[in-house]
Amino acid sequence: MATITYLEAIRSAMQEEMQKDDNVFVLGEDVGKGGVLNTTKGLRDLFGEERVLDTPLAESAIVGVAIGAAMYGMKPIAEIQFADFIFPATNQILSEAAKIRYRSNNDWNCPIVIRAPYGATGAGALYHSQCPESVFFGTPGLKIVAPSNPYDAKGLLKAAIRDADPVLYFEHKKCYLALTADVPEEDYIVPIGKADVKRKGTDITVIAYGMVVNYVLQAAEELAKEGISAHVLDLRTLQPLDKEAILEAVRHTGKVLITHEDNKTGGVGAEVSAIIAEELLFELDAPIARLCGPDVPAVGSNPPMEKFFLLNADKLKDAMRQLALF
Amino acid sequence: MSIGQLYKHRSLGLSDEEALRMYTVMSLAAKYDERAFMLQRAGKIPFHVSGMGQYAGQVGMAFAMKANHDYFLPYYRDYAFVLSVGMTVKDLMLAVFCKAEDVNSGGRQMAGHFGDKKNHIVTGSSPVTTQVPHATGFALAAKMKKQDFVTFVSFGEGSSNQGDFHEGCNFAGVHKLPVIFVCENNQYAISVPLHKQVAGKIADRAIGYGFPGVRVDGSDVLEMYRVTKEARERASRGEGPTLIEMMSYRLMPHSTSDDDMLYRTKEEVEENRQKDGILKYKEYLIACELWSEEQDRELQERQKQEINEATKYADLAPYPKPEDTLLHVYAEGDGN
Repeated sequence: MATITYLEAIRSAMQEEMQKDDNVFVLGEDVGKGGVLNTTKGLRDLFGEERVLDTPLAESAIVGVAIGAAMYGMKPIAEIQFADFIFPATNQILSEAAKIRYRSNNDWNCPIVIRAPYGATGAGALYHSQCPESVFFGTPGLKIVAPSNPYDAKGLLKAAIRDADPVLYFEHKKCYLALTADVPEEDYIVPIGKADVKRKGTDITVIAYGMVVNYVLQAAEELAKEGISAHVLDLRTLQPLDKEAILEAVRHTGKVLITHEDNKTGGVGAEVSAIIAEELLFELDAPIARLCGPDVPAVGSNPPMEKFFLLNADKLKDAMRQLALF
Repeated sequence: MSIGQLYKHRSLGLSDEEALRMYTVMSLAAKYDERAFMLQRAGKIPFHVSGMGQYAGQVGMAFAMKANHDYFLPYYRDYAFVLSVGMTVKDLMLAVFCKAEDVNSGGRQMAGHFGDKKNHIVTGSSPVTTQVPHATGFALAAKMKKQDFVTFVSFGEGSSNQGDFHEGCNFAGVHKLPVIFVCENNQYAISVPLHKQVAGKIADRAIGYGFPGVRVDGSDVLEMYRVTKEARERASRGEGPTLIEMMSYRLMPHSTSDDDMLYRTKEEVEENRQKDGILKYKEYLIACELWSEEQDRELQERQKQEINEATKYADLAPYPKPEDTLLHVYAEGDGN
């Protein structure tokens, strides 16, 4: 076991997969020197500039070229520098990558990974803070993952690289250096499509993904001292959602709070709550609750606005307590 | 025709047999196109998009590529191109009838959306120009894997305005990738004429991306062959991409859902029909004494039969099962 950061987990997943398979390569803006966020640091020294390929600054080409190479048989990992800049590539992701298998009746497929650092970290302002997963959520043919800790980050990225279909890999920037954990040195994957119970509890169920999972766990720890026992489910994969795990976690307590940093309206939480409402309405002991970013662009650069917008353990604690007392 | 122009195909390295085969393919594409148009008008098929007026140029280009070796990302009017590199009229008919056996999409996509892995024809979609970065990606893979195939991608002049055209060309230019970009300039993007689509010359845009751009008369099959062959050789030598602007004229409406008489005249269309490369090439072959009107009549009759048989086959072929709707969103089976 080695203690590594979330950032190192991502980097080591790429490094190990590149060592294992010559077809794996990284492309994107600035990836050669390590990327502006350092995720690919050192990889060019190991694998050369062809496999850690600096591209022109053009997101549609970064994804589109990756799609072409993938259809030939390569395993490209396309890095979008900040998830906020993924939108010029949206046509390539939604119209192309997502539909290549279906539209060719299984003749062609598109095994790309698109890594997109997302979420607010402090002073990132309106265009270095967004959570764009809801734009892609609900598009058949895509898989979407969003790990909350180093172990899952490494295992999910390896699974994504080995997957035969396109995977959007949303890595939360605040997790990069804030989270460290023991991660096995031997090869492992975290399967795509499987949620994970991060804490067992009996009073309320909280469903989250990404950085927010960590706030939920902190809040749960503190609430335990008040005698409130929280059951915490980390979705890990947003598409396809692990429906069985969601229903099981909710059944466990009968009270559910769904929480994410992305805006509330049209967010992943809306779908999760619809699934619960469809299947478990009469097993609920409280209305389904949601705690999400407010419906404003994420996020004002100044500290007061940022604090107002972002979730934290205190906000979670209040919401969880309120649900427990219902 | 001057003596110097006769037997041009031989000076380009094409055998007489190949020269005749080129004519056969463009003639077959035109026949298919006419039939598909008629089938749509008769209510037998939902949709057809024509490539009439562009077939001579397409054949010229396709014969300069290596079938089953190079990779092809043709656009939706490239019937003669795909017939040249391995598709059959039966394949095209199954697609236009949206039947299960359709190799392109199993009846899922509109006609003209080609894709056939066994023939190295890469699946395409309706949003235009998205295939240009894909072609660059195939070329990047060729370079990385040290394979000697060249990638061919085509698109219309309207497409040359999309960001994906510029992004794909620039990427390929920067990395000197073995790809040939072909703009089949047919003068209209649905109803919008060239002068409202493009300021300047499309071929000249290549200069900005650091590789040659060349404008060619698309009705001259042998000239299209020559230029494409040169582009392919450049790519093979590691000298990077070429942009070819194939000048042509779309003789039919944009699609069966378009009334072209709302934006152009019958006279204009008729004038261009006389300039079609298929007629010109037939005259060339006759002047070379490789072909005769009698042989042509026989060919037309034979191809009519071929089209008839393909039409009948596709008409009777089964549709996909309703529940197949749910298949192939993701890889099926374990491990994915």
